[in-house]
Parts: sequence; C-alpha cells; structure tokens
Amino acid sequence: MFEMCADPKVLAGLDWFACYLTTPKHFQFYFSFLVVLTLIFITAPIVLALGFLGAFARRAAFAPLRLVGHAYTSMVRGVPDIVFFLFVPIALDQALEYVRHRVLCPEVTEPVYRGNDFVVCAAAKLPLSSAPQWIHEVYGFVLAIIAFSVVFGAFAANTIDGALSAVPRAQLETARAYGMTERQTFRRIHLPQMWVYALPGLSNLWMILIKATPLLFLLGITDIVYWARELGGSKTSFFEYPHPDWRVWYFLALLAFYLLLTWLSEKGFAWLNVRVRRGQATIGAEVAGVGR
Amino acid sequence: MSCAETFQAYALRSFGFGERALPKTGISLCEQVVLIGSGVAWNLYFAVLAVFFGFFFATALAVARNSADPWLRKPAEMFVFVFRGSPLFIQFFFAYEAFVLLPRVGFDIPLGFATVTATTSWLTKAWLGALIVLFLNTSAYSAEIFYGALRSVPKGDLEAAEAFGMSGFSRFRRIIWPTLLRLAWPSYTNEAIFLFHATTLVFFSGFPAWRQEGDALYYASYFAEKTFNPFVPYPIVAIYFIIATVAIIALFGAINGRLNRHLAPEARSRVVYRPELKR
Repeated sequence: MFEMCADPKVLAGLDWFACYLTTPKHFQFYFSFLVVLTLIFITAPIVLALGFLGAFARRAAFAPLRLVGHAYTSMVRGVPDIVFFLFVPIALDQALEYVRHRVLCPEVTEPVYRGNDFVVCAAAKLPLSSAPQWIHEVYGFVLAIIAFSVVFGAFAANTIDGALSAVPRAQLETARAYGMTERQTFRRIHLPQMWVYALPGLSNLWMILIKATPLLFLLGITDIVYWARELGGSKTSFFEYPHPDWRVWYFLALLAFYLLLTWLSEKGFAWLNVRVRRGQATIGAEVAGVGR
Repeated sequence: MSCAETFQAYALRSFGFGERALPKTGISLCEQVVLIGSGVAWNLYFAVLAVFFGFFFATALAVARNSADPWLRKPAEMFVFVFRGSPLFIQFFFAYEAFVLLPRVGFDIPLGFATVTATTSWLTKAWLGALIVLFLNTSAYSAEIFYGALRSVPKGDLEAAEAFGMSGFSRFRRIIWPTLLRLAWPSYTNEAIFLFHATTLVFFSGFPAWRQEGDALYYASYFAEKTFNPFVPYPIVAIYFIIATVAIIALFGAINGRLNRHLAPEARSRVVYRPELKR
C-alpha cells in the first residue's frame, strides 16, 4: 500500500500499524464487512416478500393453502433457527444434486445414498468441480441467503399477519361503504395502515437479521468471523508482521461494528416510526405531530 | 449393538460416561436418537442455570435502570445496550479469546468440609465460560423486559403502598415486584425459550467440545457429516427441541397462573408464545 511498507522489519510504532492494517489480507477482511452488508440488504426484501406470501397464505380462503401458511409460520417456533441454518443449505444442495443426477445421468442405476456416502455423477455436481473458485463461493452465498430468507420469512409472516389483523375493522368497512373494491381497499386503506402495527415487529426482525449474520461462518463462508480468527491468530517471526494472539482485539472490533450497526438501525427505525404514523388517528401520531 | 445396549453406551456420553468412541460406521437411527438426546442435557444445563441466575441479576439491572442516580442508571443502560446490540455468537468468540489470555492461576475456595481449587482455565471450558456469557446475555434481555414492566406498574398501587406506610425495600418486595413479574411474565417466557434455543450456539463458537462432549446440535452436525444425510439427525434435534419448548411453555404457564391467581379470570394475562426471536 505505502512505499515504506516494502520492508516491514524496520518499521516501528504507528508506521508498523499503518502497514499492518493495509496488507492485502486485511483488505479481504474489510471486504467481508461488505459481504455482511450485502447479505442483509439482499435478504431483507426477500424476507419481506416471503412474509407477505406467508401471511396471505395464512389468511387464504382456500383451506390447503391456509394449512401451508400455518405450517410455514409455526415451523420456526419450537426449533432453534441455527438448526435451519445448518440444515437448509445442505438439504437444498443435496436435493438439487439428486434431481440433476436423475435427469443428467439416467444410466447410473446405483442408489445415491450408499452407506455413509452421497454419490452423484460428475455432471450432476453443483457447482461443477471444473468451475472456478468464485462460482463455488457465490453458490455457497446464495444457499446462505436462501436459508436466512426462509427462516426470517416465517418470522416476518407472523408479524405481518398480526399487523393485518390489527387494522381496525371499521376502517375497512368504511372503505367498502365508499364503494372501493377489495383490491382498492387493500391498497389504499389496509396496507398503509398495517405498517403502523407491523413496524415494531419488523424493526425487531431487522435487528435479529443483523445479529444473525455472523452465523455465515457456520455455513463455511469466509466472512468477518473467519478473517478475525485468521488474522488475529498469533503470527511467529516467520510471518512478515509477527504479533502475539490478537484475536480478542479483532473480535472487539466486530463487537463495535455490530453495536454501531444496531445503534444506527435503531435511529433509522425511530425516524420511520414517526413517518408511518403521520396522519393516522393513533396516540403515536398525535405525539409525533407536536414535533418532538 | 441392540438399541438397549446403545442406550447404555451413549445415554450419558455428553457428560463423559459410557462408550468413549462415537459411532463411526453403520450408524443406526437408534444411535442418533440416543446420542442427540444425551446432548440435549447440555442445552438444558446451560438454559436452566443461565435463566435462574439471570433472573436475579436482571431484576437488579431493571431497578438500576429505573434509578434516578446516574451512577446506577448509566452502567445498567450501557450493559443492556452492549449485550442486546451485538450478536451472541460474537460475544461467545470474544469472551473465549479473552478468557484464553487470562493468566493461569488457581484460587482455593474453602467449603468447610473440603477445599475446591478454582482455576482460571475453567473459564475456557464451555461449562463455565459459555455459561457466564449466556448468563450475562439473558440478564440484559430480561432486564429490558423487566424494566418495561416496571415502568407499567400502576401509580395507584404505589400510592396505596405509601398510604399503608410501606417504603423502600418492603414496598418493592410486596407491591412492585409481584406486579412487575405478572406484567413481564408472558414476554419473559419468550426470552426463556429463545435463550434455550440459543444454547445450540455454544459448541460452534470457539468453546471446544472437550472429548467430543457436546450438545444436541453438535452431535447432529457430527452425524450429518458422517452419514452425508442431513434428513435424519436435524429432524431428531427439531423434535427434541419442540418437546422441550412445549415443556417450558407449560412450566412458565403454570407460574403465570400463580402470579395471576388474585385476579378475576377474565383479567388474567395468558402466556401466548409469540416467536419474537431475539439474539
């Protein structure tokens, strides 16, 4: 990075740190913070969409669909989310490879599960073993996004379903009395009023999503936890920048990063809360109207 | 091995009793059910002790947060902010790395009949180190719940207590605390359940599973790795956790009934399990 860093052995004090913190490995560490933020920002809209789908399924007139909705939203109740984070990616991976194996290699007649092994033909592997490294990484990341979305979508469905039920019936009946169709009632009255009731639950969910991101490490993704362990571990004089075990400082940095993230989110949601309450006949709106 | 033999060999494996080696080849369904079940004991151990000790610390924190004295209020606010604002997973890693750096010294604790030597190296073991983190974590979340309930204790109750000549600790113990608990209990039930679920993180977060003595999820992921079949061990874990969750709801529901016993039936709060996971 800097010219003085050519020979780290002669550096001391601040110079040493400036060079140490700008090694290529450290840039990979900084980049992994972006990976975390990417995961949050890709997952959040999918979670919201799945939440709406789940909530609509629960409220559907068609009984089997209602059953699916209830099954989806209650699956996260009794089982730890970490179980899903470990289970969904590997189950999805095996399901995809199994289907590809059946379609692409019909000539193989041996079973896929052989004793303690799961064997599919080379053409069915996902991603193909000939694929470059970055495809493997993206594939793992996509599986992680799906796992996160499925779990948090179920939580969001619970929240949204509750919020949809919390909108006063009189509001919807008035809309009908004005001659609005079902669709118009939903778009103009039901949905805008729902946010007031959904926001506390959704903001809580957002915080949980942020705090669940270090679990990416469990899915074998080179995330911030991976780099904190890798870079912080003690380095002997064999390395360019020898130092004792500094992992505790790296994890302190991660702790600070997450505290900053949740603190900023709290501020953001406080603002949003005032925003959605504007013009609504609730205590919160009147308090907000005073201009606090 | 028959299933009864498997049970003898592995039922207490997670605490180091029975067969030393874990099953490696030809893993049967019975072995998975027994070994994962033996791991559930660790989840229960962490959850029960953390919630029990956390309950008292959380009450103290909630009272401190409500105090007018900034020397009490600010540290309590800071504590709650740090533990609620950061992921438990990172807290585990941070605590473990910090405990590892501690100098290795021993303290003698005289118990009267015997002397126990407590060493700092215990902190790097999951049974103590992870328990401390879980205890602090659940204290912060519970303190937030208790603080909210404390703020909603009706003013009239306090004025009535004062009219009866109660003040200070006796007013707290006889008036505020019972009402606080009654108001907080439904949310506190959720917290207990999620703490129980969070105990599955322990053996994935720095703390090593000494001699492969781990919790339910540790053994499940072991089996998933060995058999390449996730569709058996993970549903087994799920079933164990659903049973335990139902048991927690029943237990906390019974306590809730006791806290509400003086109220008219229609005024009682019910423990409704809302899955607001918090970590």
